[in-house]
Amino acid sequence: MHYKTIAEWSQELSTKKISSEELTRMMLERIKKLDPKLNSFITVTEEHALQAAKAADTLHSQGKAGPLTGIPIAHKDIFCTQGIKTSCGSNMLDNFIAPYDATIVSRLKQAGTVLLGKTNMDEFAMGSSNEASFYGPVHNPWNTDYVPGGSSGGSAAAVAGYLALAATGTDTGGSIRQPAALTGTTGIKPTYGRVSRYGMIAFASSLDQGGIITRSAEDAAWLLAAIAGHDAQDSTSMNLPVPDYAATLNNSLQGLRIGLPKEHFDANLNPAMAQAIQIAIQEYEKMGASVQEISLPYSSLSIPAYYVIAPAECSSNLARYDGVRYGHRCEQPKDLEDLYKRSRSEGFGSEVKRRILIGTYALSAGYYDAYYLKAQKIRHLIRNDFVEAFKKVDVILSPTSPTPAFKLGEKTQDPISMYLSDIYTIAANLAGLPAMSLPAGFIDGLPIGMQLTGNFFQEAPLLNIAHQYQKITDWHKRMPEGF
Amino acid sequence: MEWETVIGLEVHAQLSTNSKIFSGASTEFGAAPNTQACAIDLGLPGVLPVLNKKAIEMAIKFGLGVQATIANKSVFARKNYFYPDLPKGYQISQYELPIVHHGSVEIQLEEGSKKIGITRAHLEEDAGKSLHEDFHGFTGIDLNRAGTALLEIVSEPDMRSAKEAIAYLKVLHSLVRYLNICDGNMQEGSFRCDANVSIRPRGEKKLGTRTELKNINSFRYVERAINYEVERQISVLESGGKIAQETRLYDPNKNETRTMRSKEEANDYRYFPDPDLLPVMVTEDMINKIRTELPELPQQKRERFITQYALSAYDAGILVSSKEMADYYEAAIKTSGNQAKLAANWIISELLGALNKANLDISESPISAEQIGTLVARIADHTISGKLAKTLFEALWNQEGDVDAIIEKRGLKQVTDMGAIEKMIDDILLANPQHVADYRAGKEKLFGFFVGQAMKASAGKLNPQQLNELLKKKLRG
Repeated sequence: MHYKTIAEWSQELSTKKISSEELTRMMLERIKKLDPKLNSFITVTEEHALQAAKAADTLHSQGKAGPLTGIPIAHKDIFCTQGIKTSCGSNMLDNFIAPYDATIVSRLKQAGTVLLGKTNMDEFAMGSSNEASFYGPVHNPWNTDYVPGGSSGGSAAAVAGYLALAATGTDTGGSIRQPAALTGTTGIKPTYGRVSRYGMIAFASSLDQGGIITRSAEDAAWLLAAIAGHDAQDSTSMNLPVPDYAATLNNSLQGLRIGLPKEHFDANLNPAMAQAIQIAIQEYEKMGASVQEISLPYSSLSIPAYYVIAPAECSSNLARYDGVRYGHRCEQPKDLEDLYKRSRSEGFGSEVKRRILIGTYALSAGYYDAYYLKAQKIRHLIRNDFVEAFKKVDVILSPTSPTPAFKLGEKTQDPISMYLSDIYTIAANLAGLPAMSLPAGFIDGLPIGMQLTGNFFQEAPLLNIAHQYQKITDWHKRMPEGF
Repeated sequence: MEWETVIGLEVHAQLSTNSKIFSGASTEFGAAPNTQACAIDLGLPGVLPVLNKKAIEMAIKFGLGVQATIANKSVFARKNYFYPDLPKGYQISQYELPIVHHGSVEIQLEEGSKKIGITRAHLEEDAGKSLHEDFHGFTGIDLNRAGTALLEIVSEPDMRSAKEAIAYLKVLHSLVRYLNICDGNMQEGSFRCDANVSIRPRGEKKLGTRTELKNINSFRYVERAINYEVERQISVLESGGKIAQETRLYDPNKNETRTMRSKEEANDYRYFPDPDLLPVMVTEDMINKIRTELPELPQQKRERFITQYALSAYDAGILVSSKEMADYYEAAIKTSGNQAKLAANWIISELLGALNKANLDISESPISAEQIGTLVARIADHTISGKLAKTLFEALWNQEGDVDAIIEKRGLKQVTDMGAIEKMIDDILLANPQHVADYRAGKEKLFGFFVGQAMKASAGKLNPQQLNELLKKKLRG
């Protein structure tokens, strides 16, 4: 009975077949029982959750409930939650209780959702396996020897293991889509500027975008509608109307033009993966879509460009963690320099330090032009690739990740091979485009994801295209054993 | 060798916005530490800056006031460095593309006027304050000031002496107050200045190595610090040494500058465009709208005073030196019965002299503009003599009451009753027959004696002209 989608639970809540308190207690029980296998939560907010659930039940009884009232969800621990620890997966913020709510958090609160807790993540969202967390790695519910992907690995594992009906995530280079792919969940990274970044702890400001991980495109449509839209507190959020995403889920795909970037289907792609994606493409053709090969000539440069821009911004964004006002402060600092050095050395993990160093170097006098400026130029070219492509096609389809989930520890000693697991996802961040990942099959018992990339602010067609696929497939409905 | 001094100034003017440049926190001065710092000013995780539009308008106003180019696109960058009173670890500041560039102002010198170029003026946020006293072994941090809007105004190295630097600084100081974009309070740090100073052999085109002087936050310190630094550089060069490019701190107690940090120790600020803020786009419409709202600026006002009130260029210059002064003057004219020239004389020679002596600003004058105007009016309508007007002025300064009340109480009114004056003269002539005889015999020097006697008898209340005429007539017999 617990495999229902948000849409289904919403129906049961409004017809009072179940109360939010019952549903919330059920989810809290599941977390208690099953999360020791996953480590997907950093903080479980049981008291908050039950209080919110009771408030939601009151609204239901008063007939004042909305579609998300009483739905239990989780937030990635990168979103500030008032009065609740917000660690960002880091020792640096292990003692940080946020004094305010992120916009995403307050909007979902406004919509009546119930917060179960804060999910595990790679420290400061830097990682692709969720092994770079101060709170230990997250395990993939499909096989706990495997990683769930990252950095929103806790959110993806919690949704895949049905410990939350949905969870928020953030995506700087694939951090929603790659873990969604590796855990068989549905994840959407909206257009840059679609969702407010206020209260979302910054990694790389020009790339970061909040989104959600759910069990279906339909659930994603409901949640995205709740969080999307202009926020005066984020200067980069766009002042555009938010469409009714649920209303267009069932639009026909007749005449849809799908582009397949040849650069994403080259010899490097796992053959089993290529085959699974081919099958999905045939499903779309059956629904009336046409498929054509396109080219994104600069896509091979997306990883190098990203690994200059993201660390550069991170080196500046993370300067505020200095041990002075909040967060970790070393014991007995000798002087100011000692305070800085030891607080930061002790507070940050090795991947965060690596990126701060790379970014500091890339911005240094004498290197700025060769690295940062050049990377920005490449970014512009990559964006142009997409602008050209969207003159010919409506959506771009590719694998989300080159492989299914890998084993814990497999890539931790080799950062470059870890970085390459985001090879298909990073370009959407550099260009600022909306993209989503949805389950498209299994390889050796591990889920694989298919990525859809849309034109700017075209989240509605993406959700429509994904939903139509989910109507004729059941990959997204499958549950890992033991959950 | 003869040396030429080259000075460029960097002025930080704190903009009078009610809230901070990137947050809604109040900017009021003097609040208890850290009570005016919100989540954004504290640099909490996840916060984002939102630009205060008022700061943009004020920067544009300034740009128009110095005939500068207003950039239609300017960009905020991050200037990265660690300091405890810099909460984010970076300062948001316009770097490559400032909002204002290529302007100039005119300064008035004894030898005439001189144009000083303004390279650029850009917006940035202020840091907090580190308090080193009062905390044993610790540093106190007050972030009330963090995020306050600043306009940094960078001049060309166009000044050739401390005097010129002061003149330039005063013009800027007056201008920002005219524009109502900065309160100009140097004590509270609302108007701060750094000076770049170098010297070169006279006639040399190439600039010498410069030092940057900090902590010169009064007109007097700017002058002293520059003069000290010029002497220091001359003695270094003349004894065969080299000037090190460095930042030097001025110590007003010792009146000297000393090394703060060398070029090698200078931070690499790793500037890059702030991804949290969009470029600032300024349209022609915006500029034109602000242009129409600009108040009359010192230069225009000065020219108007010269033509409208028939003042000398020098007097007009003094009267427009601050908006308060110009407003005071024009208010005084109103009650003076349009005696603009006489009012100017009284304000410049008497009032400013007294204010200077008492170390007061025009806004703190114990005599109001209405009072000085009325005083002038009473001279013009012959109620009081110019001489007794000085007594009246002193009484006003001591706040003994209003003009007419003091004239009445102190009996300063000129005697204008012809009969009374005639009677007084007759009495004097009668009492001094020998002098009268001598005068009539040709000793005309004695005229002064009779005037003196009359003034003494009347306690100075006679109209001198009237007295002269009448006395001459009576002496003629």
